[in-house]
Amino acid sequence: MHQQVILVKGKVLMAIIVNQNTKVIVQGITGKQGSFHTRQMLTYGTKVVAGVTPGKGGITLEGVPVYDTVQEVLENHQVDATVIFVQSAIAKDAVLEALEAGIGIVVVITEHIPVHDALKFISYAQRKRAILIGPNTFGIISSGKCKIGIPPNQFFIPGPVGLVSRSGTLTYEISEKLVTAGFGQSTAVGIGGDCVKGLTFTEILKLFEADPETNAVVLIGEIGGNAEEEASVYIKEMTKPVVAYIAGKSAPPEKQMGHAGAIIRRGRGTYQSKVKALSEAGALVAEIPSEVPAKISKLLV
Amino acid sequence: MRIFEYMGKELLNCFGLPAPKGKVVSCADEAALAATEIGPVVIKAQILSGKRGKSGGIRFANTPAEAKSIALELLGANIQGYLVEKLLVEEKLAVDQEFYLAVTIDEGTKSPVIIASNQGGIDIEEVPENQILRIHTDAELGMFPFIARNIVRRLGLDLNNQHRKELVKAILATYQVFQEKDAILVEINPLVFSGEKIFAADAKVIIDPDARFRQKDIPYVEDQTETEKLAQNLGISYVELKGDIAVMANGAGITMSILDMLLYYGGTPANFLDISGGTDTETTARALEILLAKKPKVIFINIFGGITRCDDVARAYAKVKKECSDIQVPVVIRLVGTNQDEGKRILQECGVEAYTDLEEAAAKAVELAAYAPAGNFS
Repeated sequence: MHQQVILVKGKVLMAIIVNQNTKVIVQGITGKQGSFHTRQMLTYGTKVVAGVTPGKGGITLEGVPVYDTVQEVLENHQVDATVIFVQSAIAKDAVLEALEAGIGIVVVITEHIPVHDALKFISYAQRKRAILIGPNTFGIISSGKCKIGIPPNQFFIPGPVGLVSRSGTLTYEISEKLVTAGFGQSTAVGIGGDCVKGLTFTEILKLFEADPETNAVVLIGEIGGNAEEEASVYIKEMTKPVVAYIAGKSAPPEKQMGHAGAIIRRGRGTYQSKVKALSEAGALVAEIPSEVPAKISKLLV
Repeated sequence: MRIFEYMGKELLNCFGLPAPKGKVVSCADEAALAATEIGPVVIKAQILSGKRGKSGGIRFANTPAEAKSIALELLGANIQGYLVEKLLVEEKLAVDQEFYLAVTIDEGTKSPVIIASNQGGIDIEEVPENQILRIHTDAELGMFPFIARNIVRRLGLDLNNQHRKELVKAILATYQVFQEKDAILVEINPLVFSGEKIFAADAKVIIDPDARFRQKDIPYVEDQTETEKLAQNLGISYVELKGDIAVMANGAGITMSILDMLLYYGGTPANFLDISGGTDTETTARALEILLAKKPKVIFINIFGGITRCDDVARAYAKVKKECSDIQVPVVIRLVGTNQDEGKRILQECGVEAYTDLEEAAAKAVELAAYAPAGNFS
């Protein structure tokens, strides 16, 4: 349903969730992060059609019109997706506003959103049959077509590798290594670093499995939670190869390493349990990030 | 954010689930006085560790004199790395039946989950799976009495009407603390029947740190070292570890990955420090000072410039170097991304060669740490 066929210079290109025609709005567009990344997204080629900041309606930012409410945007523009940059304490209001207005793709960049707020808007998104990515995500980038979020522009070029991750900078690191080794990405998706997330690893793996432009998938996980163990169940069924890297092998139990999701609880979610589940499912597990391009290279060359 | 048992019990009591009669004390005389008023008591060290019973933090006293001597022993003691500053002196209940009850978040179903078992009073991980009930609630709709009645029915107990009502009340109160107080865990083990009444004999409550802005009435419980506190005030994420290579990087995932990499090459990380995205020169300089103060053998800095600008980090290094007159500790820096050339130029002026490859830099840091003499301090 959310997979689209794209035609570029007569060539059929695929991407998951977003493409170069995706029309995006930015909620929290006038804030420090919102305005900076609006410029970055425009530079990358993303079609940012409007922004929302209550009380700032009427101004323009980088040529993008700003409105007070999402409803007002929808009266004036066609919109496919929204990206949320508003601060954590009021993020729930912004996410619900977008979902209630009927926007089908909501990317929540904001970190430190109370988990009880996330539970409610994720549940509401499911009820509205909307795709919610995040919270606490770098967003989604279909190389050369559309970037909704905050990844640095220079490390994403079109190619055959699908990337799905819980962590931003680790994704950029591995992405840069892949690009240096000659492998671009079809799409990179951040599922978010918090314990509850909208889209899961499994849902994104399914989209990559169906995407003709993706030939292999890199999964970047972290200790804590059981997202990787759950993904392993589906990886077993996949025809496309998966290379995985899990961060946090050296983390002491019960210590929180920045991501709320990365707490090892009661022996579950350990590095060992994740590597075991992924290996048994047939994924190739890299021990350090630089092994990822090497493994991809063996699979695709 | 974990809170003390007595605080958790106060929250539960507010929503209708009482704890045994008790007093929080911070000196032995108060403990004796409490025992005089209450009678035979259980004395519980108020620390944030879970396994208090096994480490002597939970004791019984039949007389005020006994209570006093136990209090003298416990107060000021160190139990599992925690200093005991307060004790909860509580009535020793005649327990008829014990349960386990908790509300937390199921990451898989993305919803709250109520966990209940007839096997209370023991470690829930030792209870067989078929004796643990898991009931999920709708994140938007929340809790209702019928859900609690269903749980009581499914526990399959032969209870009289009064006990049934008490148990429903306890489940509702526990869920309400979870919901209203932004808890990520409310755990009562055991929940007990004593006569016709139900009591929370223990309470473990963890509050979502990201919701503190709207939970101002819940007292803040210190659970950090001084350095961790200092880092938190700067808005950076810091965890102390036991090794000798100090680490600073941007992003939680990559920072964790660097710790793994140092171990992979045979080194040991001294800390986790994520300066996160968009940090300015001043904050970066303060973060560097935190690392220096720990007297590591090597400092390893990795900046993958996206939001963070490489030149900002380089300027921070130059600034600290100037202020501290000289940094004696060897520093390995890897810079890639936004404004990397400018960053490398600034570092060159300070006599530091920046690396481009992460693994190469990590291996170098490990090598330097291995050769560094002990006490190579700044």
